[in-house]
Amino acid sequence: MTLDADWAERWIRRTADAVVDRRDELTELDREIGDGDHGENLVRGFRAVVAKLDARRAEAEEPGASPRLVGDVLKLTATTLMSTVGGASGPLYGTAFLRAAKVTGHPEIDTRTIVAMLESALDGITARGKAEPGEKTMVDAWTPAVDAAERAAGEGDEADALRAAAAAADAGSTATIPLVATKGRASYLGERSAGHEDPGARSTALLLAAAVEALGEENA
Amino acid sequence: MTVSIVLVSHSAAMARGLAELAGQMAPDVTLVPVGGLPDGGLGSALDDVTAALRTAATATGAVVVLADLGSSALTVESALELDDDLAASVALAPGPFVEGAVAAAVAAHGGSDVDGVVAAVRDAGRTFAGAAGQAVPDADGDGRPGPGGDGRPGPGGQDDVAVGGDGSVTTTATLRNPLGLHARPAALVSRKVAELGASVLVDGVDASSVLQLMALGATQGRELTITVSGEGAAGAAKVLAEMIGSGFGEV
Repeated sequence: MTLDADWAERWIRRTADAVVDRRDELTELDREIGDGDHGENLVRGFRAVVAKLDARRAEAEEPGASPRLVGDVLKLTATTLMSTVGGASGPLYGTAFLRAAKVTGHPEIDTRTIVAMLESALDGITARGKAEPGEKTMVDAWTPAVDAAERAAGEGDEADALRAAAAAADAGSTATIPLVATKGRASYLGERSAGHEDPGARSTALLLAAAVEALGEENA
Repeated sequence: MTVSIVLVSHSAAMARGLAELAGQMAPDVTLVPVGGLPDGGLGSALDDVTAALRTAATATGAVVVLADLGSSALTVESALELDDDLAASVALAPGPFVEGAVAAAVAAHGGSDVDGVVAAVRDAGRTFAGAAGQAVPDADGDGRPGPGGDGRPGPGGQDDVAVGGDGSVTTTATLRNPLGLHARPAALVSRKVAELGASVLVDGVDASSVLQLMALGATQGRELTITVSGEGAAGAAKVLAEMIGSGFGEV
């Protein structure tokens, strides 16, 4: 099994559906410890990405259109999120997808490439946000996701790696609840941020779950 | 080459207001405000930030950027990651948004290069801490912060000129304008210092820093001690004393 641009497009479209479905939950989490716009921002950003994907699909049906790569879909996602999200998650997810696109710009997306894609995404988020694990940010979902994908890749295929990453991101997000925030808007609350799940960690878990769902029913 | 300055805020109104404030003190500097979302809401939009950076880079080729909260700086960094040409001519300066912008504008007006403007922003953070009550200079050496003496206006002008053993020149001038050394006159003094190219202390603080001058809290009637070192010190001291003694056009 190889992952192609159709998978990447299904991934992004499912993420858009997920953030619309969970908008109120994300906004509520952010309202508790941030500025309350995370759900709205991601809905606006991913809706804009879906509109771009629709437009690109129409172009691709024209004769002579070049074949698409996973990296093309991820780059379009990156630049659109950076332009439309509005909050810090725009440049953070935007940089994640931009770096991920750089390692997926070829047709052979195997298990090793999937691990490299997740690592590159985490590197991008860390470069931009300068957060470290344990500071109650999306890094607390991404870091265990990358570790789990690396472990799973030793014995399994790309689907195993993605499933392991999604499960670890979900657990990592839940594990942010008792943490005291020291980065991002929630850090202004200090001790009062404990007891609340980090909204960026939760949206990371949704994003990676969508990557698994996009594998298709026979593989998920 | 003059450095231009881009001000990135979550709020378009905040960016515009800050450009107005800093521009009043540095009328010849290109200040480009950018902020908010295209629909008028709060946030950061990559396309708008990129356009502002390009406008500034086209104007002068060297750009210093100040950003307010989280995503403003992240969006600037993203714009630079996407455009290598832009990255080569733009420096993001960390520091307090308002004080940093004022310091940057005055430094750029005085002809500082990118490093000098970035340093002015960084130093603005220290002055900010001082303004919060931590480091008020003991300007008059009487062991108490702030002005000493008998509180009566002293003689204006530069009658008492002393030449130190190190060649530095010290003179005094009395503030005559009603509001004292507030933002506009402080900017006039620090710009003149930059223009003269001299090393100047006014009541013990670095007179090239508009923020340090403002932090003196010098009011009408205070006698300021001006110490100038370096080449042409006597002439520079005379020019500055006359400027202060003239009341900055406010009397």
